Amino acid sequence: MKYRLNSLIHKQIFIPIAALLVLTLFNLIMDPSFFAITLGTNNVGKAVLTGNLITILDNASELVILAIGMTLVTSASGGQDISVGAGIAIAGSVMLRILCGPEGTADVVKAPVIVAFLACCVVSMLFGAFNGILVAYFKIQPMVATLILFTAGRSIAAWINENRLPVINDPTFAYYGNYIPGVVLPTPVFIAIICVAAIFLILKFTNMGLYSQAVGINPHSSRLNGIDPAVIKLITYVLLGLCVAVAGFIKVSRISSINYSVVAKDIEMDAILAVALGGNPLGGGKFNMAASILGAYVIQFLTTTLFKYNVDSTALPAYKAVVVIILVVLSAPVVREKINRSVKTLKSKKAVKEA
Amino acid sequence: MKKRVISTVLALAMTLGLAACGEQPAQPTQPEGDTGAVATEAGDAGSAEVTEQTPDAGAASGELIKVGIINNDPNESGYRTANDADMQKTFTKENGYDASYAYSLKNDEQIAAAQKFIQDEVDYLLISAAGTSGWDTVLTDAQTQGIKVILFDRTIDADPSLYEASIVSDMAKEGQTAVDWLSSQGLDSYKIVHIQGVMGSAAQIGRTAAMDKMVADNDNWEMVSQQTAEWNAETAQQIVQSVIDSGKEFNVIYAENDDMAKGAVAALDKANISHGVDGDVIVMGYDCNKWALQELLAGNWNYDGQCNPFQASYIDEIIKGLESGNAPAEKTIIMDEKGFDATTITEDDVNTYGI
Repeated sequence: MKYRLNSLIHKQIFIPIAALLVLTLFNLIMDPSFFAITLGTNNVGKAVLTGNLITILDNASELVILAIGMTLVTSASGGQDISVGAGIAIAGSVMLRILCGPEGTADVVKAPVIVAFLACCVVSMLFGAFNGILVAYFKIQPMVATLILFTAGRSIAAWINENRLPVINDPTFAYYGNYIPGVVLPTPVFIAIICVAAIFLILKFTNMGLYSQAVGINPHSSRLNGIDPAVIKLITYVLLGLCVAVAGFIKVSRISSINYSVVAKDIEMDAILAVALGGNPLGGGKFNMAASILGAYVIQFLTTTLFKYNVDSTALPAYKAVVVIILVVLSAPVVREKINRSVKTLKSKKAVKEA
Repeated sequence: MKKRVISTVLALAMTLGLAACGEQPAQPTQPEGDTGAVATEAGDAGSAEVTEQTPDAGAASGELIKVGIINNDPNESGYRTANDADMQKTFTKENGYDASYAYSLKNDEQIAAAQKFIQDEVDYLLISAAGTSGWDTVLTDAQTQGIKVILFDRTIDADPSLYEASIVSDMAKEGQTAVDWLSSQGLDSYKIVHIQGVMGSAAQIGRTAAMDKMVADNDNWEMVSQQTAEWNAETAQQIVQSVIDSGKEFNVIYAENDDMAKGAVAALDKANISHGVDGDVIVMGYDCNKWALQELLAGNWNYDGQCNPFQASYIDEIIKGLESGNAPAEKTIIMDEKGFDATTITEDDVNTYGI
């Protein structure tokens, strides 16, 4: 048992798990009803589960999906894509443009949702490829390369819909961001699960994980071993584009509308934070996908907790910052190593004493 | 290889040079057909159009009034889109104006645009400033050149003698109108969930102040939760969700814009809490987006406060007055702003005031 605990502490995934435990403990002490889950009905009279935990699972979905792509990009290119928020605006705009047609509002969707979704995937992956090409072939710093879309993306999104703010009144479109009638859990939870399952299958049955880590650790030696670093980097950015499309789909379905200037605002920072919280080195190389995904849930857990305790609006970012600083510092590889070493010396001292 | 590239570039440059030469002779011929300032100003863009239209405009008022309009980016919000469209509709050649536009969300870029307009010797400078400070020098320049300045939508920190008039919305008055309406509903107790805009923005300060005062002054007004969603619908949804999840009772949603009200309503729908006319929860929003007024018409929301984007007619009137030698009676002109009640709103209101 003791041995197991020890080995867990040494593992990368320990930090997000510990953070989750601390947040859970805090809420248990402050107000155990935080964890209550009740079976209620929604406005169309269907039974649905409600409660803070469900809300966390629900609202973390976009972040979880983005964290998957961001982890791969970080690993392979040693930098982060800061254009994912703008990318979501573009993806959502494409989606609504197809579903609403040129009128900007629709009582019934004008095209099958799957068609709109596929179109928005293609567009998002193209923008991902644009970022990827700048990073992989033109060797531009990822943050600088993605700064282009970060700046221009929301204007492009507005332009796609000719500056209108489209609204869809068709209740079937809202299923994907809320509840499918008869299902008690919110749909985004399932979409997130599907994405997580997909990435684990990809990592298990393809060499994607191995290759992106190899490229991230040393592009020259991976080239000598027959891996083209540029192609691998490009693929990770295209995959992130796909993640952005899925996240954008959920976002616009949640409220059946879009506001280009604020949709998914600052989500890129949360996505990068999820990767950092997972203890992944932001300079590229090795990564732990499960830790990133847990990191995303930690961030949402924190946000929901802060909402729940009605923290003063002006102070909210400060609270978040304090928690984040603690977590990130603890999960930094340097600090972890130091802690491990001091634990070891403590133990050896103890052993000496006992002897 | 290198040589070939260089020779191609050179060849291209030469052809382009030729093409440019070919265009030149066409230019001098154009101004000859017209008189004075208008044609020279028209210069490179759309000169043909001007020559065509001058005769009828000339018949009406002699010479066109040159206005330089500095506005924020029309993509910023539905409000801004409506504001820009209104400007474009009013300051046309048919109405006797020759308008040039500059858009930016950044103060320094706006000031640079103002300097350019001064060099172009416009007659009037219309400014919706991105920031409140730093305008003194450029406004002084304008004054020495005899250019009249009219501020719209936003005020700036400069001596009032530097501008002719300032046409603004009074956010505090908007807030007061809304809160007065709410208190006229005669509920026994008011339990309010207040969703704020970006902290520190003029709209947030004005709309919050009236509500805060009311809650402080009355024992039966209670603030259940007051948080910022930064104009973002999904964040608003999360905030209301967290209030519902923690089992707090409330009967008013006071959102500082329509998007956030929409997000809040999505959360209410999930939890099967009735809202709107005859509902359990009163829903209030701002900005009078067309879709929001339709929600009012359908009885899903209760109140929407107007933030009037239609300043062009006010400006038009002032300019016409100044041209005939009458300065506006007051420097600061506060626009009429309505508040709509779901029980009295009509289809006509939606079409007239919806943006």
